[in-house]
Amino acid sequence: MTDLSVAAQHARAERAGIAPPLWLLAELTYRCPLHCAFCYNPVNYAAQRDELSTDEWLRVLREARALGAAQLGFSGGEPLMRDDLEELVREARQLGFYTNLITSGVGLTDKRLAVLKDNGLDHIQLSFQDSTQELNDFLSSTKTFDLKNRVARSIKAHGFPMVLNCVLHRYNLPHVDKIIDMALAMGAEYLELANTQYYGWAHTNRAQLMPTEAQLRDAEAVVERYRKEIGNRCKIFFVVPDYYETRPKRCMNGWGSVFLGVAPDGAALPCHSARSLPGLSFPNVRDVPIEQIWYDSDAFNRFRGFDWMKEPCRSCEEKTRDLGGCRCQAYLLTQDPANADPVCDKSPHHEAVVRVVREAAQRGAALAADEQPVIFRNDANSRRLMDKG
Amino acid sequence: MNDTNPGATPGAVDAALQPKLNRLFRLQFEPAQDAHVLLYPEGMVKLNPSAAQILLRCDGTRNVAAIVADLERAFNATGIAPDVETFIAHAIERGWLEPSA
Repeated sequence: MTDLSVAAQHARAERAGIAPPLWLLAELTYRCPLHCAFCYNPVNYAAQRDELSTDEWLRVLREARALGAAQLGFSGGEPLMRDDLEELVREARQLGFYTNLITSGVGLTDKRLAVLKDNGLDHIQLSFQDSTQELNDFLSSTKTFDLKNRVARSIKAHGFPMVLNCVLHRYNLPHVDKIIDMALAMGAEYLELANTQYYGWAHTNRAQLMPTEAQLRDAEAVVERYRKEIGNRCKIFFVVPDYYETRPKRCMNGWGSVFLGVAPDGAALPCHSARSLPGLSFPNVRDVPIEQIWYDSDAFNRFRGFDWMKEPCRSCEEKTRDLGGCRCQAYLLTQDPANADPVCDKSPHHEAVVRVVREAAQRGAALAADEQPVIFRNDANSRRLMDKG
Repeated sequence: MNDTNPGATPGAVDAALQPKLNRLFRLQFEPAQDAHVLLYPEGMVKLNPSAAQILLRCDGTRNVAAIVADLERAFNATGIAPDVETFIAHAIERGWLEPSA
């Protein structure tokens, strides 16, 4: 550390106790061939058509890397809809990022896989909606099950580490054993059984997707059994949905703490659902350097630290552990993003969560004939929901 | 990773073992953190200097005894074998290292 320029950089990077970002999520596009009913993208995504150019993304990568970001996710929408993905991966890898492609697999041809491998892509996370063709294709409102199976084989043939991701909810929780079998057969090194988080489209479809407590406990027991059987062969992640907890989770490990998301149009986000929050204006990477966005913008500073907290968080001894939970959930369920996450049973709004769980129990696991159908994520529904406000 | 013996007690590694970084992990120096890190799918572990120096030498060609000797030479130290072995056993258990012989 005798080089003074490096020392100066460090002094700047740690100013005011704000650590640099570690995770950059590049949401390259909201365009997607799938129409999943639990997508976390904003319901009004159809209003965002103005995507960053290749050069603008290259600048984002360089600026975020210079700040200290080491993990990079290419996501969307479907990132393969961008034909400059390969070029962005090459630059990212040369900059020293660990590069993750988060994809539905649609459009992931052998040819593109080979170029991505040559360009240094480190890992691929492939999403499935279920272990059965019927439910996979229903939930994504596409015919993609067979295609995804073929893509999974190609990913392994090209030697990529693979995370299989399956979003869980009332429809597919009873199939968890089959989903794990599928991951093992495909040679996935990791399986993310991601219980639905109720933002964006999932929030719109919450009544239909919310599982019962019995479904969750059964699935958890199945996961435990498999973990014992398979050892280190495949690491299984299973996170209980917030609604069934009494303490909230740290939002993105802390607002403005490690995560920097950049939306397709260049809006910089402290959390990928943050766009749903009122009263915040998110700086755009087209207008503001990323360093300034991270350290100086109102949006990234708004919920940093503890000063923004209200009671019961402000005087709570557990506030350093969960940081008050999720701002988007606080807003969706209490209409104020500065309230305690109502998942916490110390929140005066906790009843809102309890009510949803109770309704799920009353509705039961079986589908009723008169159930309201799920609303698929597509342009027509996005415009319709926007019009409704 | 299948060769990991779950019953192994930490510290009990064979000195003839030639550990190698698991291909799921990448080891690199991060200037912003002034530390080496292990990067893997969607995750990162920040390493302390000793851990980094051990992992940097786990290239699949050197056995544990050679790694210890190299570290003792490089840092002018003695008697570090137990600490190095404990760390390597831990790293194998975490899946960072493959115990290839």
